[in-house]
Amino acid sequence: MKIHELPGGVHPPEEKARSLGDPIGRLPLPERLVLPLAQHLGAPARPTVAKGERVLGGQRIAEAQGAISAHLHAPTSGRVVGVEERPIPHPSGLPAPCLVLEVDGRDEWRDPEPLADPWGASPERLLSQVRAAGIVGLGGAGFPTAVKLAPRRPIHTLILNGTECEPYITCDDALMRERAAQVIAGGRLMARILGGPKILVGIEDNKPAAFEAMAQAAAPYGIEVVEFPTKYPSGGERQLIQILTGLEVPSGGLPADLGIVVQNVGTAHAVYRAVVEGLPLTHRIVTVTGGACRINRNYELPVGMAVAEVLAHNQFAPEACTRLVMGGPMMGFALPDPTVPVVKTTNCLLALSAAEAPAQPPPERPCIRCGLCAEACPASLLPQQLFWYGLAKDWDRLRAHNLFDCIECGACAYVCPSQLPLVQVYRAAKGEIRELERERRKAERARRRFEAHKARLAREEAARAARRATRRQAADAGEGGDAPSVAQLIAAARSEARGADPAAERARRQRAVAAAEERLRLAAERLAAAEREGLGDSQRAALEARRAEAEAKLAAARRALAELEAEAAGARAMDKIAASPRERLQGALRRLEDKLAALEGRIAAAAPEERPELESARTKLREKIAEVRSELAGLGPEGDRRPEDPAALDAAARAIARARERAAARAALSPVERARADVASLAERVERARQKLERARAEGAEQAAALTEALERLEEKLARARAELAALEGDETRP
Amino acid sequence: MSPLSSPHLHAPLDTPRLMRLVVAATLPGLVGLLWNFGWGPLINVLLASVFALGWEATALWIRRRPVSFTLADSSALVTGVLLGLALPPLAPWWLVAVGTFFAIVVAKQLYGGLGYNPFNPAMVGYVVLLISFPVEMTTWFTPRELLPEGVALPGLGESLSRVFLPGAQVSPADAFTGATPLDLFKHQTGLLVEQIYAAYPLFARAELAGYGWEWVNLGFLIGGAFLLAQRVYTWHAPVGMLLGIALPAALFYDGGSSESGGSPLFHLFSGATMLGAFFIVTDPVTAAASRRGRLFQGLLAGVLVYLIRTFGNYPDAVAFAVLLTNFAAPLLDHYTLPRTYGHRRARRGTEKIDG
Ligand code: SF4
Ligand code: SF4
Repeated sequence: MKIHELPGGVHPPEEKARSLGDPIGRLPLPERLVLPLAQHLGAPARPTVAKGERVLGGQRIAEAQGAISAHLHAPTSGRVVGVEERPIPHPSGLPAPCLVLEVDGRDEWRDPEPLADPWGASPERLLSQVRAAGIVGLGGAGFPTAVKLAPRRPIHTLILNGTECEPYITCDDALMRERAAQVIAGGRLMARILGGPKILVGIEDNKPAAFEAMAQAAAPYGIEVVEFPTKYPSGGERQLIQILTGLEVPSGGLPADLGIVVQNVGTAHAVYRAVVEGLPLTHRIVTVTGGACRINRNYELPVGMAVAEVLAHNQFAPEACTRLVMGGPMMGFALPDPTVPVVKTTNCLLALSAAEAPAQPPPERPCIRCGLCAEACPASLLPQQLFWYGLAKDWDRLRAHNLFDCIECGACAYVCPSQLPLVQVYRAAKGEIRELERERRKAERARRRFEAHKARLAREEAARAARRATRRQAADAGEGGDAPSVAQLIAAARSEARGADPAAERARRQRAVAAAEERLRLAAERLAAAEREGLGDSQRAALEARRAEAEAKLAAARRALAELEAEAAGARAMDKIAASPRERLQGALRRLEDKLAALEGRIAAAAPEERPELESARTKLREKIAEVRSELAGLGPEGDRRPEDPAALDAAARAIARARERAAARAALSPVERARADVASLAERVERARQKLERARAEGAEQAAALTEALERLEEKLARARAELAALEGDETRP
Repeated sequence: MSPLSSPHLHAPLDTPRLMRLVVAATLPGLVGLLWNFGWGPLINVLLASVFALGWEATALWIRRRPVSFTLADSSALVTGVLLGLALPPLAPWWLVAVGTFFAIVVAKQLYGGLGYNPFNPAMVGYVVLLISFPVEMTTWFTPRELLPEGVALPGLGESLSRVFLPGAQVSPADAFTGATPLDLFKHQTGLLVEQIYAAYPLFARAELAGYGWEWVNLGFLIGGAFLLAQRVYTWHAPVGMLLGIALPAALFYDGGSSESGGSPLFHLFSGATMLGAFFIVTDPVTAAASRRGRLFQGLLAGVLVYLIRTFGNYPDAVAFAVLLTNFAAPLLDHYTLPRTYGHRRARRGTEKIDG
């Protein structure tokens, strides 16, 4: 197999042997574990246990929220002390919500739930097992693995990343030496989930023992284990793809765009555990090393253990330590506070001594434009230019020089003879550009709101003018024939006002329903109280009458709402069916543009790791918009013609009637009934979407990816509807 | 910004060390000069270094910059050494003082100091001197072995007095002075190359180009190879410059006719070619940023050197060529952005995105 050379790169001293003397060890359980709710990229998990509750090892204690998130499990048995803001390992040093677990030392575990037949199970079953285990990428970024294993494009190659190119870190090396078979099995399971791509394992040539073990474990399955020259940062996802395949992930894209998924070997091991042993991700291998620790070795540590406590077991000399780093020396971040916990993404605790890294960065000298940084850059950027433009805050130039393709590997800063804080400047510039982008979106939204507001004012003015005209007409008519009654005039005005803003009217009627519901509840309560206290018949009758009145009012309010909704539904259906092609396209364009605006906002707010996915979605959306636009532009005069053939209009009328009926029926339901109906209809739609997807998959149709996405969204909606229903039912059954 | 940003490790090569490596790498070339021309070059280098550091310190003090911290970056030392190497032997002290003043104060500190100067300081100093004091600047010596019977290079004592005492200055009337190979070649019109080579011992006794000078050039080549091995710079600028000289030389060699511009070997190992290719064009501050840019810049400098040597009025041309290409550096930067990972093609530096 041809190995492609990584451009640039550096060779810092490896310092790996020092932590490889002993096998992977364990440490005594601490008294307390602090488990951040966000140990992954994406939305933080939501606690599912109450304060004071006793939990078992392996028990789920927080669940994923949203599409990109991961569950959290207790690493041992103990009692939940609470959810508190605690410092977490993050460069910002800001505290974040953590579940605090008081360890009881008994280490009792929930029964593991392995898959009965891992090699016969369906990909979906395997994927849900991975999701249930709360696995995230253990190589660094912590992207939820289940999400990465459900890419939107077909995958032809799964790369297991055993590169571990950062100096000092050996946790993957140790793992591959000691548990190669499990890593390979985990890789094969992931490949099954991905539809059976070929598997490549990439290992740097400074790990001969790991390479041997992996090659042996892989041999029976025809998995290729590739050894390539040691060079930092060949372990970067994009760089590894380049080395093994010669391909480059398009800027702003994802490996999946090339049909490739890269997973860290530690993640593969976690997948094996989850599927075959039924154990969630609660422990990970961490390299504890650096000149300020007398003992350097790898441990399998429970997530949540305090860094300081880990170090204490390794004869850590705080006075000798100039920098305490989580992660490797090239990309890790200095911990402001040693009390932070080990998390799922912690691969290394590095206590550097003065001989290794100075406590303060050395004074910088002017850039001499030596170009060493450009030679070291694996992304072929011009770091010195980026640096200057970064200092000058020249955002346009920064983007023209592809700032956002910088992977922040630090190779440039490592070699810079003037010791300039290059990466620091890039990070700050990226942050500021993102911030500006966010503000730009905000301004854009405000502008739109303002324009909508202006349009509404204009509409209202027009309505008022129309009303005046009606009145004048009525007055003119009054001179000759029957004048319309005042009531009629008011009704006309009302309906015009309503026409001016259906949304406000709808909200008004909804509020009326809610108020009527509340009044009915109060009346019922009073009546119940009266009955308990044994009041006289006359008083009871009065109360009962009041309740009946409230019921009637509620029914009326619901009817009014139903009417409005029926009207709106009819109008929508009418729009859809009776619209001219141009109107239809314009509607579609408006909706797409709204969607794009929302997406832009999300991109601006997204973490760098999520961006590629969002950005590729944006590209697609933009393409669609362009398509619709060009279609619009291409419309001839017939584009304005509304369908006139009677069949279509008939169908329109029928559809309108149906939509009206449905909306009316729905509005007349009680909230619980409505929720039930929602769940039923959503369940039906999910079922239909699933069938459609299966058909598309079977035919190998291109839309399979889009359908999968649609299905996922529907499922999410269904889950929400179910939760809502459950909450409502709970309310109802409560006395 | 956190003061402790990744990366937490740093490669051992820092700017002061880099500068001192450059100084060290000039040694073989300096030895070649000393062997052929006596004490002169050494006195030049030492004097120019002292003056350069002195001017730098003065300028920093006036600009209220940290003096000793900045001096420690040794960049002024490099400028002094390079200018000293380029001067003819036993240049009078005031010539050195003026040259280093223009190099350090005018060309470097007035522009903001190290990293901000658009032109190579040593070459600015050199060109100012060449234009203002053409006689002093072109009075070279005959290499030691080729001196006529009974003539010797000045000893240490005499050398010092010729540098420092008024009126004792070297002049073309001194018996030990003589034309350089480039000079000689240029002024022999109407002769075949072969005839020139046969007529003068400077060529007759030489292996590659001109006697003595070829060893000086070889020395700088060795120093350059050392810097390449130390990864102080890449091959792009030096190789570009050597190619830029050799290719036109090959093209216009004209079979050695009386119209010949001289052979590629002659040009590569004469004058300041190797000093220019490995110590001047490689000055990072005034060069293009990317490797491709540096290759182009080297090529351009090389071609200019050849053109000026062959068609211009000055015998050697490295200083002019380098200064001219310094002008081109920003332009080259704009057109030689490397292709970034994941991009189909390179962007242009002037390109802006989304307005
Ligand atoms: S390595 Fe440092 S000094 Fe050299 S060009 Fe890059 S930023 Fe400037
Ligand atoms: S940090 Fe960015 S600019 Fe520097 S070497 Fe890495 S990718 Fe290139």
